[in-house]
Order: sequence, then structure tokens, then C-alpha cells
Amino acid sequence: MDAVFKALADPTRRRLLDRLHARNGQTLGELCGQVDMTRQAVTKHLTILEAANLVAVSWEGREKHHYLNPVPINDIAERWIGKYERPRLKALSNLKKSLEREE
Amino acid sequence: MSSKYLYVTYIRTSPQKLWDALTNPEFQKQYWFGMPQESEWKTGSSWKMLFSDGRVADAGEILESDPPRRLVIKWRNEFRPELKAEGYSRCVYDLEQEGDSMRLTVTHTIDVPNAKLIEAVSGGWPKVLSSLKSFLETGTPLPGIHQAPKG
Repeated sequence: MDAVFKALADPTRRRLLDRLHARNGQTLGELCGQVDMTRQAVTKHLTILEAANLVAVSWEGREKHHYLNPVPINDIAERWIGKYERPRLKALSNLKKSLEREE
Repeated sequence: MSSKYLYVTYIRTSPQKLWDALTNPEFQKQYWFGMPQESEWKTGSSWKMLFSDGRVADAGEILESDPPRRLVIKWRNEFRPELKAEGYSRCVYDLEQEGDSMRLTVTHTIDVPNAKLIEAVSGGWPKVLSSLKSFLETGTPLPGIHQAPKG
């Protein structure tokens, strides 16, 4: 989770995520065309975003495509929003307990 | 031009437990909005996802089943005509072990540019995957405030 917050703390990296949110699956070249930065700088930021699992990559032939991966952000949201869903959680937890007893 | 979404989550669990969570309807109901899936989970098996009241939400077939490593589902929405009209999508689960965790990659594609189906499921996948992670790591589908998600 620290890696996610660190990655999101930088405005350039948030901008790269915005670019992917606008159009998912871009290559490094496509992303470089939209920000005023060197290819090396963009690569460095993408590596940090990948390490935080905020960007997932997929190879298509020799092209590396970058996808915004919102799952870690959702994990963080659930951590604090989940409190308001406790009644539902409780019901699900009871269901799980009753199902597991049958095994 | 196709539409594609890619999601990755890391879950501290074993290959078999993750496979079971993905393919057992009693587990699915707990982390997937109460919706079970019906299938024999073998290559060529039919596949259905049901609402909790039994109506069919999505349907298709298992294109590839390689437990506990890879599952490919031919997937069509059945309850919204504009999504059904886009035809079949392809959903791939890749399960890879990394240390004491599993890396689960979900790739959902359809050969339709700017597909409404992919847009529709893109809101659901992160919730489903967070809930699956929580279910496997803590035994509770969505974390309460006292249960910190790891990672």
C-alpha cells in the first residue's frame, strides 16, 4: 500500500494515469507524445507505477501496452469505505460461516 | 480495433484456493455481488452467470481450462440488448505464483471498438477483484475498517 501512495504522490505520474484513463493500452511512444518529458523520464515513472501495480502491461508482438489498473486504488477505497457496509459484511460473513460448517 | 481491459491483483493464497474461489459458485456468490456461475469448468463446457434470483446475466462457454493456471471464458451479456448485440467477449484468467502470493491477471477483450460491454464491466472488475482478495486473505468478502488490506 505504501508503494501505491508513493506512486500517486507525484503529479506527473497522476497525469500519466489520467492519459491511460482517457485511452487505455497506450505504448510508451504514444504516452511520450502527450507529456513534455524525455522518454527516459516517462519510462522511469511508468516503472514506479508498474511496481505499485497501478499500471499493468501486456505485450502484443513487440509492442508493450500500458493499462491503468485501478484494483489497488479500489483496495484502498474499500479499506475506509467498508465501515459503512458493515451490516452487509456481517450478513456475508454469517453466510460463509454457515456454509463452511456444512463441509 | 478491439476493446480491452487488463486487471492485476496480488493475493496471498495458494494456486488451488484461488482456482476454487474462481470456480466454486458458493464462493463466487460471496465476492461477486451475490451472483453464482454455473459450469463444469472444463474446456468446451457451457458457462452461465446468474443473478441471485436465478435470471441469466451472462452466458457463453469455457474455451480453455487448465487448472489451476489458466481459464478462458467466451462471455456474452444476456440481459442488456445493446450489450448482447456486441456479441461474445473473451475473458482470460491467468494465475501465477509469486513467492507466497498469487498474481491474478484478468484480461477482458472484445472485437468491437469502444465496446459498451467492456465499459460496463470495467466498473465491476475492480470491485470484484478487491472483494476476492479480501475474501481469500481475511475470510471476509469486503474488508471492515479493522481489517487492513495488505499489499
